[in-house]
Amino acid sequence: MQTVSQLPDEVNYLDYKGKYKGIFAWIFSTDHKRIALLYMYSMLTMFVVGVVLGLAMKLELIAPGKTIMDPQTYNSVFTVHGVIMIFMIVIPGLPAVFGNFMLPIMIGAKDVAFPKVNLLSWYFYVLGAVLVIASVLFGNGAPDTGWTFYAPYSFKSGTNLLPAIFGAFVLGFSSILTGLNFIVTIHRMRAPGMTWFKMPLFPWSLYGTAWIQLLATPVVGITLVLVALERIFNIGVFDPALGGDPILYQHLFWIYSHPAVYVMILPAMGAISEIIPTFSQKHIFGYKAIIASTLAIAFVGYFVWGHHMFTSGMSGTAQYTFSILTFIVAIPSAIKVFNWISTMHKGSINPEAPFLWAVTFIFVFMIGGFSGLVLGALATNVHVHDTAFVVAHFHFIVFGGVGFAFFGAIHYWFPKMFGRMYDKVWAKVGWAFFTVGFLTLYSPMFYLGMMGMPRRYYDYLPEFHAANILSSLGSWVMTFGLLIIVINLFRSAKNGAIAEINPWHGKTLEWTVPSPPPLENFDEIPVYGEKDGPYEY
Amino acid sequence: MEHVAQHSDPHYDQEASKLGMWLFIFTELLLFGGLFIVYAIYRFLNPEAFQMAGHELNLTIGAINTVILLVSSMTIAMSTSALQKKNKGLTVLLLEITVMLALIFLINKYFEWGVKFDHGIWPGSEHLLNDMGHGEVLFFGLYFVMTGLHALHIVIGMIIIIVALNKVQKGTVHADRPSLLENAGLYWHLVDLIWIFLFPLFYLIH
Repeated sequence: MQTVSQLPDEVNYLDYKGKYKGIFAWIFSTDHKRIALLYMYSMLTMFVVGVVLGLAMKLELIAPGKTIMDPQTYNSVFTVHGVIMIFMIVIPGLPAVFGNFMLPIMIGAKDVAFPKVNLLSWYFYVLGAVLVIASVLFGNGAPDTGWTFYAPYSFKSGTNLLPAIFGAFVLGFSSILTGLNFIVTIHRMRAPGMTWFKMPLFPWSLYGTAWIQLLATPVVGITLVLVALERIFNIGVFDPALGGDPILYQHLFWIYSHPAVYVMILPAMGAISEIIPTFSQKHIFGYKAIIASTLAIAFVGYFVWGHHMFTSGMSGTAQYTFSILTFIVAIPSAIKVFNWISTMHKGSINPEAPFLWAVTFIFVFMIGGFSGLVLGALATNVHVHDTAFVVAHFHFIVFGGVGFAFFGAIHYWFPKMFGRMYDKVWAKVGWAFFTVGFLTLYSPMFYLGMMGMPRRYYDYLPEFHAANILSSLGSWVMTFGLLIIVINLFRSAKNGAIAEINPWHGKTLEWTVPSPPPLENFDEIPVYGEKDGPYEY
Repeated sequence: MEHVAQHSDPHYDQEASKLGMWLFIFTELLLFGGLFIVYAIYRFLNPEAFQMAGHELNLTIGAINTVILLVSSMTIAMSTSALQKKNKGLTVLLLEITVMLALIFLINKYFEWGVKFDHGIWPGSEHLLNDMGHGEVLFFGLYFVMTGLHALHIVIGMIIIIVALNKVQKGTVHADRPSLLENAGLYWHLVDLIWIFLFPLFYLIH
C-alpha cells in the first residue's frame, strides 16, 4: 500500500473554518466527521435522559410497593426509557457515530456518497427526538404503552402518544437515509484496488446493517402510520372491535423490530472485529467467515420475528419454525465469537481499554446470546415470557452488546477523532466500575424472572426484595463507572496528551491519516495493490 | 459549503445517485408492501364484504386516472430522452404536461373522495361504523389509507418534477448532468407502478 503523504500545514476537520461561524459551522456542515460528532453529542444528551429514567425505575424497584412514583408514572418511565434507548441510542448508535466518521476513511474516500443527505438524516434524528420529548412534556400524560406501541392499547390509551409515534417514524426515516448513504458509499467509493474482500470488517458490518435498515424500517414505518391513523380516524385495521387484528400489528412490528436488533448488534460486532486484531497484533482469524456470518445474520434475522409472539397466539407449525430459525441465527454469532477468540490465540496482547471493552463485550454478549436460546425454546419461553428474565436478556444483548462495543469503539478511535489521548488509567477504572455495576444490575434479573417476577410492574412480591436491592445497587455502580468514562473522555478531548497518528499500531486506513483527520481525509487517495489485504501484520 | 462547491464536479457520480434512488425506491415498495400484506389478509378474511364494497367505487374515474398516470409516465420518460438530445424546450414542455396530468389525477381523486364523503363514507364515519359490517369498515379504511398515501406520493412527485423543471430551465440539469431529472422520472414511475397495483385491487377484482 502507498504511504499517504500529508502536508504538515493541512487544517484538521475540528479547526477548519468554513463559510459559517460558531455553531452553524457544525449544524450546516456536510463533513461526515462533523456530522458524526453531531450525532454523538445529541445521542449523549438523549442517553443521559434514558439513564436517568432507568435509574428512576431501579430506585422504584428497590422496595416493594410505592417507593418514589405511582404506577402510571412508572408505565410512562419505562415507555420513554425504551423509546429513547431503542430508537435514539442503540439503533443509530454505532452506524451514525463511528460509521459516519470511520467508514469513508476506512475505505479511502473523502466523504460519504451523499453528504447533504447525511446532514438531512441528522436533522431528522433531531426532529424525531424533539417529537418524542414533546409527547412527554405536552398533552395529557406521557406515553404509557411500552416502546412497542402494541395494539389495541396504543390507540385506546388516553396519553399523548401521537407525537411519540411520529417521532419513531421520523427516526426510522433518519435511519433509512443513513443506510442508503452507506450502501452507495461502499459500492461506489472504495479506494482503487480495494476489492470487496480487501475491505475491513467494520465497513462490512455496516454494509450488512445498512441493508437491514433499508429493507426493514419501512415496514415499521407504515405500521406506525397505521396506528396513528387508527388513533385519529378509527380505520379499523388493528382494532378488534372493528374487525381488525391486533396480532397482525405484532407481526408487522416485529418484522422490523427483530431485524432492528441486528441493526444494533452487527456494527457492534464490526467494531469488535477491528479492535481485537489490533490489540492482539495479529491478522484476524477467519476474515471471510466473519463476513459470511455477518451476511447470514442479516439475512436469517429477517425470519425470526415470530419468537417475540410465542404466547400471543400462533399455529404450532409457525411456532416450531420460528423456534428453529431462532436457533439457526445463533450459529453465525457463535462463529464470530470463535473467530475473535482464535484471533487472540498466541497474539501479542496489549490490554488497553479498548481491548478490555472488547473482551467484556464477548463475555456479556455470550450470556445474552445463551439466554436468548432459553427464550427461543418454546417450552421455557412460556415459563419466562414477559418476566424480568426477558429484560435481563435484552439488556445483556442490547446494552451489553451495543454499549460495550460503543465504549470499546470510542476508546479505540478517540485519539483519531480528537487528536488527543485519554487518561488510560481512568479509562480502565471506568471500565471496571461499569462492568461490575452492569453485571450486578442485570444478573439478578435472570433469577427474578425465573422465579416469576413480571416485567413492567412498579411493585413486586416481598420474596423478590433481596435480588431487587442488589440490582438497584448495581445500577448506581454502573452509573458511577459511566460518569468516570464520560468525564475522562471530555477532559481528554480538551487537555489530553497529543496523540500519535497510529497509537495502537492498527493496520486499517484510518491510522494512516493525521489525528484528527484533515477536512477531506486524504491528500491523495490510497491505492491498494495486488498483495495488500485488509489487515497485514 | 465552500469545499463542496469547489469539488462538486469531481464528486459528481451519476451511477451513485441512480443507485441511491433505486435503494430509496426499494424502501417505498416495502412501505406499500406492508399495506398490501394488510390488504391481502383482510381480503382473505372478508372476501364477500370486500367484493361488495369494491362495487361502490367508481370504475370509470379509476380507469381514467390509470390512463392519466400511464400517459404521464410516458411524458416524463420522453422528457429524459429530450434532455439527452439537448432539446431544452421540449424537455420543459413534456415536464409541464406531466405536472398537469398529475394535477388532473388529484382533481379526479378529489371528486371521487367527495362523492364518498357525501354518502357518509369516510374513515371512522358514523354511517360506516354503525350501518356496515367489519369487512366494509376494513375495505374503506384501507381504501382511504392506501389511495391517500398514494395521493401524498403524487404530491411529492409533483414537487420533485417541478424542482427538476426549474433546474432544466436554469440549465443546472442538462445532458451531461441529468441525474435529478432521471431520478424524478424513476420516482414518478414508482408512483405510477403503485397505482397499477392499487387500481385492480380496489376497483377490478370481483
